[in-house]
Amino acid sequence: MAEAILEMRGMKKSFHAVKALSDVNLSVRPGEIHAIVGENGAGKSTLMKVLSGVYPYGEYEGEIRFLGQECHFKGIADSEHLGIIIIHQELALVPLLSISENIFLGNEQARHGVIDWNASHLKTRALLDKVGLKELPGTLVTQLGVGKQQLVEIAKALSKEVKLLILDEPTASLNETDSDALMNLLLELKRQGITCILISHKLNEISRVADSITILRDGATVASLDCSAGAVGEDIVIRHMVGREMADRYPPRTPAIGETVFEVKNWKVHHETHAEREIIKGVDLHVKRGEIVGIAGLMGAGRTELAMSIFGRSYGQRISGQVFMHGKEIDTRTTRKAIDHGIAYVTEDRKGCGLVLEECIAWNTTLANLRAIAHHEVVDEAREFSAASEFRRKLNVRSQNVYERAVNLSGGNQQKVVLSKWLFSRPEVLILDEPTRGIDVGAKYEIYSIIAQLAAEGRCVLMISSEMPELLGMCDRIYVLNAGRFVAEFPAAEASQEKIMRAIVTSGANDNA
Amino acid sequence: MHSESHGPLSAVSAATEKELAARLDHAQFLKNNLREYGLLISLVVIMGFFEVMTDGTLLQPLNLTNLVLQNSYIIVMALGMLLVIVAGHIDLSVGSVSGFIGAVAAVLMVEYHVHFLLAGLICLVGGGVIGAAQGYWVAYHKVPAFIVTLAGMLVFKGLALAVLQGSSVGPFPPEFQLLSTGFIPDPFGGESLRITSFILGLAMALALVISKLRGHADRTKHGMETEPRALFIIKIAAFAAMITAFSYLLSTYRGLPNVLIVMLVLIAAYDFVTIRTTVGRRIYALGGNEKAARLSGINTERLSFLTFVNMGVLAALAGLIFAARLNTATPKAGVGFELDVIAACFIGGASASGGVGRVLGAVIGAFIMGVMNNGMSIMGIGIDYQQVIKGLVLLAAVCLDVYNKKK
Repeated sequence: MAEAILEMRGMKKSFHAVKALSDVNLSVRPGEIHAIVGENGAGKSTLMKVLSGVYPYGEYEGEIRFLGQECHFKGIADSEHLGIIIIHQELALVPLLSISENIFLGNEQARHGVIDWNASHLKTRALLDKVGLKELPGTLVTQLGVGKQQLVEIAKALSKEVKLLILDEPTASLNETDSDALMNLLLELKRQGITCILISHKLNEISRVADSITILRDGATVASLDCSAGAVGEDIVIRHMVGREMADRYPPRTPAIGETVFEVKNWKVHHETHAEREIIKGVDLHVKRGEIVGIAGLMGAGRTELAMSIFGRSYGQRISGQVFMHGKEIDTRTTRKAIDHGIAYVTEDRKGCGLVLEECIAWNTTLANLRAIAHHEVVDEAREFSAASEFRRKLNVRSQNVYERAVNLSGGNQQKVVLSKWLFSRPEVLILDEPTRGIDVGAKYEIYSIIAQLAAEGRCVLMISSEMPELLGMCDRIYVLNAGRFVAEFPAAEASQEKIMRAIVTSGANDNA
Repeated sequence: MHSESHGPLSAVSAATEKELAARLDHAQFLKNNLREYGLLISLVVIMGFFEVMTDGTLLQPLNLTNLVLQNSYIIVMALGMLLVIVAGHIDLSVGSVSGFIGAVAAVLMVEYHVHFLLAGLICLVGGGVIGAAQGYWVAYHKVPAFIVTLAGMLVFKGLALAVLQGSSVGPFPPEFQLLSTGFIPDPFGGESLRITSFILGLAMALALVISKLRGHADRTKHGMETEPRALFIIKIAAFAAMITAFSYLLSTYRGLPNVLIVMLVLIAAYDFVTIRTTVGRRIYALGGNEKAARLSGINTERLSFLTFVNMGVLAALAGLIFAARLNTATPKAGVGFELDVIAACFIGGASASGGVGRVLGAVIGAFIMGVMNNGMSIMGIGIDYQQVIKGLVLLAAVCLDVYNKKK
């Protein structure tokens, strides 16, 4: 076995009294793809920040050896100098600069401070070829989708003669096609001899590309698995991650489906800024009492646009169509009206559109239904406190009390607060947009249980998700949306990932008429 | 970390949780609320500093009265500005608007002999209309407030000049002047001590203590109190003592100024609205995360619009107070006020990115600026270095905020 390219031994790091890393060991062999998995808060990001020098030498305990040398990084510049490049979950590109400007940002191809544009463009083109991105070097980054931006980040890393590439949840916001392409690229880079650390929640990706897996839990390494002998079962990984058997990833439920409650007919939406582009092209859908209905589709199919346009016309223009509740047409032209008619929309972007991060759990919980805790527009703090505390308990939000600020919570707990907010508005219909995005396995199960419970209480759930197993595991019926149209509808019993994919692919994914 | 049985919406399995079992100790609480206490402590320290440096002139009843009068219009505008800033906007036009409204008031009362109450009402409505005109572009057309109100600043500065035709107009009717120069009447006729004023001051202190105690008891009863009792008692005792001392000092001169009463009523009202009402909540949500607020059913556009209307009315009121104080409307009235008003809000802890800030913070911020102005003037520091020092204090206050946040 080759000598490890990277060795981290006995890593410890704490923030005040909180131990983020208590004992992490990591050994990465040259030329492998090494996956690091663990629940949110397990210490993955902290570990990578230590490795890349964000937390400088002296702020942590433990030993880092890279290429046989002991390293004392004082900052990111030191680690980059040795060829350790990290690509963060939140991409760090400047949107209004071009691809080549971004790639050489801080490393401009210049002589005496004058940029040599030809050299930059030529080198950029070579790098883009390497990552398989067919765009002109002068294209502005803002015009690219997230998947392509990710490739630009990787090209940027390659421009720095990377020896160890670290990707922090690179596919969290990518659809399946783009994720697939990215995984292929990683395998290609591996063939070129680049070592890679991949942090991901998506076990299917990991089992596809990883050579070794290190599993972290509560700031410590709990297992290091070698995949070269054969694929490691997902169940084993999950068991290590959560520290308990997870017999079933989805809670059991016995659907009790009643009459049709929520109905949308001939819904058409045009693009928010380009009025001539039709994004939703005549969608009909219905949800019955106690039913969980899924909407599958690739990114860009119009799922979020559909949901948001129904919910108070929060997206798009020139919207037409009808919304019915219990057979009666309702007016959903503003979010207030939609909420008053019993519709709730849990956004896919909980930080950007779901929470007021600087405010506390209690404020966020009551925000969509302030009337319920107010008397003549004066907020009754006691009522608010008890309402927020009740949801905190029911949804098992882990915090000291309801006065903790949302920004300090983990992703899963933030999502529970967003759910609390919408449950407190007492909706009949919940539209859940990627309800488990960026949430660890344990918290996912809790969110699923909440969803199942809501359906059992007789509410209608419309669930949008990019993760097909999640839809198959939770839903009673699944619509497949592609290019603004429903191209298929399956009862849960008949649906499978292959069928859904086939429906998308055979309908002509690039139908942009 | 994970309990085995989830059933999140099922009946509560665990015993009633002690919500605040892990109650923070005093030091921790102080640390977390450093901003609030720190601000008040800074004001006291700054007052102490100037009290010493001016050989006791600062807290002399006459000077204290002047301090209130000099800062009243800034504080009135700071109340509105705080809402605008919390909502995520800014208003650069308030100085010009207050000057313009003062000019309109003068022309109405002096040249057209309109009754002072009617004229005052017209001016307040006019301020509201001006606020609406600017807020319309900001709220409904998403034009950045900085630009809209920069335009407004030029427009109303120019209009003030036009209305006054370049000269000063005055004097105002005596009844109108009372707004700024009057004191509350004293039927007991105490010469050395204005008894009504002092009693009113005591009553205010008492009211404050009672309402705070009630709130504390209520929160404790529901297990929601996070502030340690000892700190709470020290805080309200200090507040009550300060109000009592302040009103005593003022009472030994001419009593409480009318404008102080106007100010206090407004401060109390705005504090209540921002902290306790749904409207206040919504403004904080709007500034904190506009998208989240809109998706939570809040009419964010109307709310932004209304903060500007409110700002316009308060700018008009400030214009009236200032005009009444000078007893003339001059073309230079209001010039630069916006800077003091905005500085007061930021010193008071408001965040330039919106969503953060308290009414009482802005008021204390205004007083910090006021005490520095006043103290430095008494010390004979020229207007040149006064500006330098004020600028540095503003920078320091905001840097401290940023630093605290990072920690």
